[in-house]
Amino acid sequence: MRDVVITGIGIVSCAGEGLDAHLSALSGTPNTDAETFAPVPVHPVASLEWDRQIPKKSDQRQMEAWQKLGCYAAGLALDSAGAKEDADLKGRMQLIVSAGGGERDYAVDGQILSGLRNAENPGVFLNERLMGDLRPTLFLAQLSNLLAGNISIVHGVTGGSRTFMGEESSGVDAIRIARERIASGQDDIFLVGGAYNAERPDVLLIYEMGGFLWKKPYAPVRERSPDGGGMILGSGACFLVLESREHAEKRGAKPLASVAGVASDRSRRETGSVEKALHGLAKALEAKPDVVISGATGVKGITEEEQVALTDIAPGAAVHATGDVVGHTMEAQAPTGVALAAGLIAKGTAHEALVTSVGHWRGEGAIRLTKV
Amino acid sequence: MALRDKQGRPLVAVTGMGVVTSLGQGKDATWAALTAGKSGIHRINRFPTEGLRTTIAGTIDFIDVEPFCAPMLSERLAMLAAEEAVGQSGLASSDFPGALFIAVPPVEMEWPQREALAKASGQDGDVTYKDLLKAAATGEFKKWHDLFIFGTVADRVADRFGTKGSPISLSTACSSGATAIQLGVEAIRRGETDAALCIGTDGSVNPESLIRFSLLSALSTQNENPEGASKPFSKNRDGFVMGEGGAALVLENAESAKARGATILGYVLGCGEKGDNFHRTRSSPDGSPAIAALRQALDDAGVTPDDIDYINAHGTSTPENDKMESMSCTAVFGERMANLPISSNKSMIGHTLTAAGAVEAVMSLLTLSTGRIPPTINYQVPDPAIPLDVVPNVARDADVKYVLSNSFGFGGQNTCLVFGAEPK
Repeated sequence: MRDVVITGIGIVSCAGEGLDAHLSALSGTPNTDAETFAPVPVHPVASLEWDRQIPKKSDQRQMEAWQKLGCYAAGLALDSAGAKEDADLKGRMQLIVSAGGGERDYAVDGQILSGLRNAENPGVFLNERLMGDLRPTLFLAQLSNLLAGNISIVHGVTGGSRTFMGEESSGVDAIRIARERIASGQDDIFLVGGAYNAERPDVLLIYEMGGFLWKKPYAPVRERSPDGGGMILGSGACFLVLESREHAEKRGAKPLASVAGVASDRSRRETGSVEKALHGLAKALEAKPDVVISGATGVKGITEEEQVALTDIAPGAAVHATGDVVGHTMEAQAPTGVALAAGLIAKGTAHEALVTSVGHWRGEGAIRLTKV
Repeated sequence: MALRDKQGRPLVAVTGMGVVTSLGQGKDATWAALTAGKSGIHRINRFPTEGLRTTIAGTIDFIDVEPFCAPMLSERLAMLAAEEAVGQSGLASSDFPGALFIAVPPVEMEWPQREALAKASGQDGDVTYKDLLKAAATGEFKKWHDLFIFGTVADRVADRFGTKGSPISLSTACSSGATAIQLGVEAIRRGETDAALCIGTDGSVNPESLIRFSLLSALSTQNENPEGASKPFSKNRDGFVMGEGGAALVLENAESAKARGATILGYVLGCGEKGDNFHRTRSSPDGSPAIAALRQALDDAGVTPDDIDYINAHGTSTPENDKMESMSCTAVFGERMANLPISSNKSMIGHTLTAAGAVEAVMSLLTLSTGRIPPTINYQVPDPAIPLDVVPNVARDADVKYVLSNSFGFGGQNTCLVFGAEPK
C-alpha cells in the first residue's frame, strides 16, 4: 500500500481565508451573526474577493453561495499544492466532493406560499408560478453534483468526479475513498472536500425542525449541553489535495502530513453508541494522537459521549473543536478538521492527530494524520 | 478459469439483481415489457398538469408511500429492488456481508411540507421563511428533519439489509446509478469487501422537479401520444421523458461467490469515467470526455472495441445527447459502429435519472443471459446524422458476450461500464 500525503489545503470560513488564519483562530472566538436569522445564530463566512479564484463573472453568476465557496476553496487548494497551472495534472486529477444541495429562491417561495392560501386551484397556481417565476439556471445552482461540475469548469479538474451526499458522513467518506484509491494504486492525485452555506433559511429550517440548533449567544460546543445543547451552523468550505508520497516527491510538492487512515461507520444511535463507535474507530486506526481536532456539534448527549471517549483514546492530548473555529459546516466539517490537523503537524506543533466526526444525527468517523 | 482479471485484481461477479420501473415490479416484469417494445410512459395523474409544457412521465403509480414525497418513494423503490437482488443472491437478507453504495436523488422539503409549516405559523399576511422557522421551532415537524436530509434513504436501506460500514450516498447526476456500481467494483477489487450492494433509485417526479427540467428545455413536449414521446436517435426527438425507477445489484468477489456456490449472472469487467469542463449542461463538442470514458472502460475490462457485441445506450432522446453519444461511439468503434447494435431502454421507461445507470446495468446483464436485445421504440424517422443500428422498434436475438453501458450527466459526468457473460 502506498503512503498518502496532503500537499494542498484551501479553506475559507468565518475565520477568514487560508490555513494560517485558521490555525490562529484555534485560540479565538468565532465571528457570530446573531441578528440575520434571529433567534438562530450562524457563523458567517468572511468576505471574499471572488475574482481571485473565480475569474469569470459569468461563472460567478451561474453559482449560488455554496458553490462559490467550494470553488474558491478548491482554487486555494490547487494553488497551495502548486497544481493550479499544471493542466495535464489537473486533467488526470480525481475529484470527490461532499455536498448537500443548493439554495432556493426565498422570495419566490414566500410569494407562492402566500398565494397558495387563497388560490382557487392550488395545484395549477403552483405550476403557473413555478413556471413563471423560477430562474431556469437556478436548478444548476441546486443540483448536488454541480459544485463538482463548477470546479471542473472553473479550475479544469477533469479526471473524473463523484459527489457524496449524507451530511457529516459524506465528508469523512470522501476522504476515505480518495485515500484508499491512492493507497491501492488506482489513482495518484485527488482534490477532495466540501462546502456549506449556513446563511440560508432553508437549511436552518431543516435543522430547526429537528431541534438541533443552538439559539443562545455563542458558547463553545462543549459548554452547550447544560443549556440543552445544539449546533451553530457555519458557512465555509475546505478542499484538500491528496496524493501518493511518490507522486508528490516526483513533482516536487511538499507534503504537510500523511493521512495514515480513515475509518467510518454507522449504527442505530442509542445511549453509549457514539462512545463505543469512537473507541472502535480509534482502535482500528491504532491512533495515539497528541492533538485531537473534534468535529463535535454541540448536540446534547453525543457531545459528552465523544468527550468521555476522547479522555480514554487521547489522554493528555490537546483537543480543539472545529465548531469553535468555523461553526458546524456539515459536509465540509471533516475536511476542515483534517486541514487544521495537517496544519498543526506541518508546523511541528503535533506529531500525530486524530480528527473526529460525530454526525449530529447519524454516522461516526475518524481520520488519523501523522508526520510525513 | 482464473478468478482474477488481467491486472491481477479480483473478478467482480453479479449474483443478484432487482428492478422496479414504470413497466412493472421485478426484473421479469420489466424485461418482458421491455423486450415486447412496450412503453411505460403515460399522462401524469399524480398532480395537476395544467400550465405545464410537459404533462407525461414514466411515473410508478402502483406503489404508494406515506407521506408521498421523493425521498419516501425513492426509499421504497430501493428497498423493493434490493429485496429482489439480495433474495436472488442467496446472501443473508438482513445481514448483508458487505458495503452499500446508493445513488439517490438530491432531496429537499417539498411544497406540501412548506405549506403545512406556513399554515402552522399562523401568518395571515405575506409568508416568509421567518414564519416557517417559527413553525419549525414548535417541534411538531421533527420527523421531517430525518425525512429530508441527504443520508436518510441510505441509512434506512443499510439498516434494513444490515450492510457493513458507512453507506455511501452519491450523485453524479444522470450517471449516478453507474457510479454506484463503479464504487462497488472498486471496493471489491481493493479487497476491502467481498460483497457490495449497489443501488440506483429515483422517485422524484413532482411538479417542481419536472418544471426545473422543463425550464432548461430538456424535456419532450410531445404530450399528445405519451407512449411515442421518447424517441432516442430519431430525427424528431425533442427531449427526454422523466421516469422513475429503482435497481439493485449484488456484486461479489467471484472467488467468494463461487466458493459459496452462488449462481453467477455475469461480470462487471470494466469501468471508465472522465470529467468534462465544457459547460454545465452541454458536452464538449468534440466528444472527447465521453470518448475517453468509453476507452477507459474498455481498457479497464481488458477488451477491445471489437469484442463488444451490443451497446446499451444512454440514449436520452435529447437532440444533444444522442448526437454526441453517436459521435463518441463512432470515434471509438469506427466503421463497425454502423452495424453494432445500440439501443435505448429510455425509449420505453423514460429517463430514470439517478437510477438510470443501475436500471440499464440490469437490462444489459439480462441481454447477456438471454441473448435478447431490447429495441429502441418510436423509431419512425431516422436521423441521417446518426447512422446507427438502433435495433428499431422490435427486439432482436443475438449472440452477446460483452455489453457496454453508457451514462452521461449534467455537470460533465461521463461513466461507462463493461459487462461480460464470462471474463475475457
